[in-house]
Amino acid sequence: MQRIIILGFALAALWLLLSGYFDEPLLLGFGAASVILCVWLAHRAGMLDPEGAPGGVFLGIFGYLLWLVIEIGKANLAVARQALAVEPKLSPKMIRVPAKQTTGVGRVIFANSITLTPGTVSVDLGDDSVLVHALTQDLADEAALADMGDRVVKIERRPV
Amino acid sequence: MIDLGLIRDVLSWAAFLTGGAFVLTGSIGMVRFPDFFTRMHAAGVTDTAGAELILIGMALQAPNWITVVKLGFVGAFLFFTSPVATHAIAHAAWVVGLKPMLGPELEREDAE
Amino acid sequence: MFGAATAAIVIAMALALIRACAGPSLYDRVLAGNSFGTKTVLLLGSMGFLSGRPDFLDIALLYALINFVGTIAILKFFRYRTFAVSMDGAAAVKPVFGEGDRQ
Repeated sequence: MQRIIILGFALAALWLLLSGYFDEPLLLGFGAASVILCVWLAHRAGMLDPEGAPGGVFLGIFGYLLWLVIEIGKANLAVARQALAVEPKLSPKMIRVPAKQTTGVGRVIFANSITLTPGTVSVDLGDDSVLVHALTQDLADEAALADMGDRVVKIERRPV
Repeated sequence: MIDLGLIRDVLSWAAFLTGGAFVLTGSIGMVRFPDFFTRMHAAGVTDTAGAELILIGMALQAPNWITVVKLGFVGAFLFFTSPVATHAIAHAAWVVGLKPMLGPELEREDAE
Repeated sequence: MFGAATAAIVIAMALALIRACAGPSLYDRVLAGNSFGTKTVLLLGSMGFLSGRPDFLDIALLYALINFVGTIAILKFFRYRTFAVSMDGAAAVKPVFGEGDRQ
């Protein structure tokens, strides 16, 4: 029930922000109808489970995102330098990074963070590790990736 | 008296120029790099730094707050879906058996 | 200002098209197509500002959604040669190799 209310409010806010109508009863009525329809469909499809609406992660995710954006900036410069170099010094490498996250959401955040950082792409997810393709020797930094994994473990909590 | 409009223009010029440079760099890398797995990294530059910086530059020039909100939605959506799409392509290529070039000599060999 | 950004995006799109045409493997083309879509989103936004109609952002948002779903759909199609695969049985279906996939 809690999730239904949260999803309803989130969809209503999305509709209002995207449409920009605040004072036309007919259109607001249509908006409310579409929100109710969407919530009903999501409920019927069984999507309102901890995986579809992970609540526990949101507490620590903002600090993590800030850290991630800085990391992405640094990695971007490194990859851009290789792309523009007269003779790119590429030495692609496949490495396995341990994934100690216990929840599915944590694993997804970790793998997505690896892929989002240019120069490292998660190619395959194993049971307790991620196969990562890195662009250069410097970017294939297992310690840094393990540190990222530890940060994800820190923010992941038990689903509400 | 500091002109706020001027600061805004300078900031959005900076965002557009660096963002455009990153978008171009990513595309150049995508054409230049030797194999699929390395090209993937170049595409990542376009999807993260390039796209977000250009969106920030647009947000600084937005005429009203609803435009800023929409730009925020576009940015957040690109931020969350581009790694999923990249991983999906990489994983599909890996499962089918596309071998990456490895090492400084860029040899194509069986990884694992 | 928007002109500079638009020019950069258009050149980048041309480069992505070159990669999409050159290939050589299917995945290079899908990657180039996905990257082209991302740049289209940016182009729609900056064109909207250039012509003084930021309403274009609604189209850009929609395009971002369709681009993502389209990429996933293309990959799924080329892996299973059909869209009608139940994901529960996905592991049981063997991937189909196409021409050029192994290049």
